[in-house]
Amino acid sequence: MTDVTAPTMAPSAIRARPPGFFVDLVSIAGRALRTIPRAPAEIIPALMIPLFFFIVNVGALQDFSERGIPNFDYKAFQLPVAIIFAVTGVSRASTLVTDIQDGYFDRLLLTPVRRLALLLGLMVADFALVCGLCIPVMGLGFALGVRFETGLLGMVAFVVIAGLWGLVFTGFPYAIALKTGSPQAVASSFILFFPFAFLTTSTLPRFALTGWLDTVAGYNPVTYLLDGLRALVSKGWDWAPIGKGLLAIALVGAVSMSMCFAALRGRVRRG
Amino acid sequence: MSALPSSSAAIHASGLVRRFGDFTAVDGVDLDIQPGEIYGFLGPNGSGKSTTVRVLCTLISPSGGSATVAGFDVATHPDEVRLRIGVALQDAALDPMQSGVELLRLQGRLYGLTKREVAIRLAEVSDLVDIGEAIDRPIGTYSGGMKRRLDLAASLMHNPDILFLDEPTTGLDPVSRARVWEEVRRLNDELGTTIFLTTQYLEEADELADRVGILSAGRIVAEGTPDELKRSVGEDVIIARIDGDGSAALAAVHGIAGVSTAELHGDELTIAAADGASIISPVAVALSGTGVHVKDLTLRTTTLDDVFLELTGNRIERRDDVTPEEVSA
Repeated sequence: MTDVTAPTMAPSAIRARPPGFFVDLVSIAGRALRTIPRAPAEIIPALMIPLFFFIVNVGALQDFSERGIPNFDYKAFQLPVAIIFAVTGVSRASTLVTDIQDGYFDRLLLTPVRRLALLLGLMVADFALVCGLCIPVMGLGFALGVRFETGLLGMVAFVVIAGLWGLVFTGFPYAIALKTGSPQAVASSFILFFPFAFLTTSTLPRFALTGWLDTVAGYNPVTYLLDGLRALVSKGWDWAPIGKGLLAIALVGAVSMSMCFAALRGRVRRG
Repeated sequence: MSALPSSSAAIHASGLVRRFGDFTAVDGVDLDIQPGEIYGFLGPNGSGKSTTVRVLCTLISPSGGSATVAGFDVATHPDEVRLRIGVALQDAALDPMQSGVELLRLQGRLYGLTKREVAIRLAEVSDLVDIGEAIDRPIGTYSGGMKRRLDLAASLMHNPDILFLDEPTTGLDPVSRARVWEEVRRLNDELGTTIFLTTQYLEEADELADRVGILSAGRIVAEGTPDELKRSVGEDVIIARIDGDGSAALAAVHGIAGVSTAELHGDELTIAAADGASIISPVAVALSGTGVHVKDLTLRTTTLDDVFLELTGNRIERRDDVTPEEVSA
């Protein structure tokens, strides 16, 4: 047997006490953020896909669309699409489901951490990540000559609105993660991305869409989100489309957040 | 405002029940564990040990009965309970990408410790678990024993009054197991920490626990000190295989104080006693005085496994004994 030479322990006066909600939030978000650079494979697709689609869409449709639509800047039209591709579906849900399966989530539940902070902390990290993912996409846009009518403030608003959309969309994969605890189900949740991202004005303006797609796009909140983001790029501070974009985010957020917080309550109750 | 403790016992349970659908995992468990005690909860896989721990640690709520931990009801005041307990669950749930120090810091912060307090406790528990410089490395690089010790350190960051250890040495090699035992003893001796220890290792319960509760099918079938439990099912037996005058040998051992019965079957002399270890020398001397040749002399003490067999009709099947096929089934 090895020699155990640990020192004698003295009773410590340090005792547990309820941490504040902010401490909970920062602690959970901090762990999630530190994980990001350690698992670059999870982020690289989220970075490459929007850049790829931006370049391909512009390459394929710029000349065609600008010839058909007077004074149309297709690159400015496509930048919000690339941003939406960058921020939609990026979440720590796969990490959460791993935590549930490995028992790390139980470890957190055994502490006095506020249960809400377990989810909100991850979402704070997601918000920071998706805002970060906007930067290379916007950099490419600038390199291709896209400029913002709303200036620097508009660019900040653009990133924040895109980040908010990314944030509310995370509610879906988190709800699935918490409800099922299944990595396969979480991976499958990526399929939600497609109707939101493609049954909308992602390639052409709404008036150029065929009948059924125009109808579907009218019900897709991303259509209004894209209109708002495009306004910031091409029109200026036009509050009607910006407001509708924010309303679309709020409506999707009401659904997704209700789902994921209900799933959190269920998960905590089940143990 | 903080609730007041409703019981002076470290852990108290009365008719505790936990059902999962139609299956009753914990079926009316009663516990009364005093502060500073090491209580061993012994039972085979599936007997309800871990479910009982999960209820007592507030991870799941009871389906019936009641339980208090550190004086607080687990169902109505779970936050008060969580502040006062440390828990190392059956599988050390660790993030392989976190470093040991990151885990301990996070744990400390979630228990409301200031950054300064975290630094102090970090130094204290790092010494305790003796992980050395590996504490800065990703946990994915740790051995099984290091992970267990880190898990133990994490459960101690906030200096809990009561420590729940759910099968803390399952799967560990003998050296690592001995180190965990040593640490558990020190925590109890030096800090007075109450320890609720579940185990499927009989020798672990025997070695560490002040009292043992034997669990079978969700019920406590026996409770007491290890010695009490062993005495309850039978005496120690000394078996001597001899050549020579058996009746003389039998007469000689009958006169030894402490011998309850002695019987001769062929060349085998069987001597029963409450404390076999204390009479084995007198038995050897007595046999030698009769001129018989002692071919071998064996002391068989009653084990907790015998207790378990007596009470349930089964031996404890340890997880280590389970085949990979059974695990994957």
